[in-house]
Amino acid sequence: MKELIVISGKGGTGKTSLLGAFASLAKDKVLCDADVDAADLYLILEPDIRERQDFQEGHRAVINLDKCTECGLCRELCRFDAISPEYKVDPIDCEGCGVCVYFCPEDAIDFPIKTCGELFVSETRAGPMVHARLGIAEDNSGKLVTLTRKKAKELSEKRGLNLILTDGPPGLACPVIASIAGASAVLIVTEPTLSGQHDMDRVVELANHFGIPASICINKHDLNLDMTVAIEQYARDRGLPVMGRIPFDPSFTKAMVQKQTIIEYDGKSQAAQAVVEIWEKLAARFDLDTGQAM
Amino acid sequence: MIISIASGKGGTGKTTIATNLAVALGRGVNLLDCDVEEPNDHIFIQPEVTYTERVSLKVPEVDMDKCTLCGRCQDICQFQAIVVVGKTVLTFDELCHSCGGCVEVCPEDAITERDREMGVFESGHRDSLEFSHGRLFVGQVMAVPVIERVRAAVQPDKVNIIDAPPGTSCPVISSVKGTDFVILVTEPTPFGLNDLKLAVGMVKILNIPHGILINCSDLGDTKVTEYAEQEHIPILLEIPFDRQIAETYSRGKLLVEELPDWKAKFIHLYEKITDLVRQE
Repeated sequence: MKELIVISGKGGTGKTSLLGAFASLAKDKVLCDADVDAADLYLILEPDIRERQDFQEGHRAVINLDKCTECGLCRELCRFDAISPEYKVDPIDCEGCGVCVYFCPEDAIDFPIKTCGELFVSETRAGPMVHARLGIAEDNSGKLVTLTRKKAKELSEKRGLNLILTDGPPGLACPVIASIAGASAVLIVTEPTLSGQHDMDRVVELANHFGIPASICINKHDLNLDMTVAIEQYARDRGLPVMGRIPFDPSFTKAMVQKQTIIEYDGKSQAAQAVVEIWEKLAARFDLDTGQAM
Repeated sequence: MIISIASGKGGTGKTTIATNLAVALGRGVNLLDCDVEEPNDHIFIQPEVTYTERVSLKVPEVDMDKCTLCGRCQDICQFQAIVVVGKTVLTFDELCHSCGGCVEVCPEDAITERDREMGVFESGHRDSLEFSHGRLFVGQVMAVPVIERVRAAVQPDKVNIIDAPPGTSCPVISSVKGTDFVILVTEPTPFGLNDLKLAVGMVKILNIPHGILINCSDLGDTKVTEYAEQEHIPILLEIPFDRQIAETYSRGKLLVEELPDWKAKFIHLYEKITDLVRQE
């Protein structure tokens, strides 16, 4: 079984639009949206949810004011300044470490488990899909990412599907690390801007750090051709395979508005053809898929 | 005054707004880039860095001569960062949240703390504009301690502009919490709207006044505008897609310097925000 993760470092480079297009091109796969903070793939693929499960992770302290004698020990021990002078715990600041619970001499602090989000298993026109929603202002996004990927893996085994296509989150820290750990390959989508290059540089280092084979592609390449050439040269210097260039094309937005992938919206457009080429290169390089759905 | 800039969806233009707003206002402004995973403001600001500090987190260290393997440290730790295995105690720095529980609970005083470096904080200036940012080391999991170090550089007597990371979870919360106003930058697309709604949910939980800035306002549909009207959220500014703007950004240049019309627009944006904050 192979798992390809699309990441970018910088947000908004086109990860989800590209992954949606791959979903139209690859056959026999499970789709997985690991950007649990701002999951958008469902907006294109309109999943029919078949299974949902609460994501419970971590605890939060709650002080029982009837038992509390206001001795102040919890406030003294809390390193996250989460307990107010009125002995109320701020649920956003509380780290869930349980130190106050353990040391309270009156046993006045409850420590209920938190429900931080929801996990979904769905059917879409492009195949089965696992996705999730992290509650607003919740933490533990890395653990939800791990759970989402685990569910996708189970589903691929159950259905005998040998490919998982995963939409990753932006950034570099916990959710991204949880998205790429143990993956077969990552595709880094960048754009021809100094910011895009700077951020790509850091995720390339991250992929190397975890020993995941990385490749890149440049979206909206014609917005700055000099930068595109410079990024491709940079990639070659580091032995990073360049999978292709995609032109700036408002059709991506138009397709999104119609809840379609670029392949479905206008498969003959230059942008769609560029995506097809990238997919074929990726599939060949990482041995992802032998056939085409279309 | 602290103005933060957030978005839900990445790549909507937070950095463009933060850097141009800061430079348009100039004197008396303190720009803080809290996107420590992928900081970009420095590319546009080109600050002269005058101060550098390593950001670290306290992690436990066990003195095995004193340890009796009682296991209380393992019991109190909610993050599986300290575990008794056979005749030794293993610590996992990456998992440690630095709550100090193990140090506090150890009956033998066998646990002390040492610093684990996870990133760097830098500050400096560009002319009269003050600037700070943080950079998480590649491979580090937790961004929040570095973000908190950047937040500590807020100067109460200045106009502080905070560039937040994308998303709606812990790194964003620690960037925008306690600020006076949040500019929510979005684009008028289904993805932009979906993530804007999440971001609005977040600022409502934090109870911070906010407004919407629509970037690439002529690509997509009208649903963001309809949503803003429905929710009575002010639209602060609309920026149409313009190849000149995209090219200026791609070269790491500022709109307010390359395309002079924009300076007045950003000053007007600031005035709009101060009016809204005053009304609160």
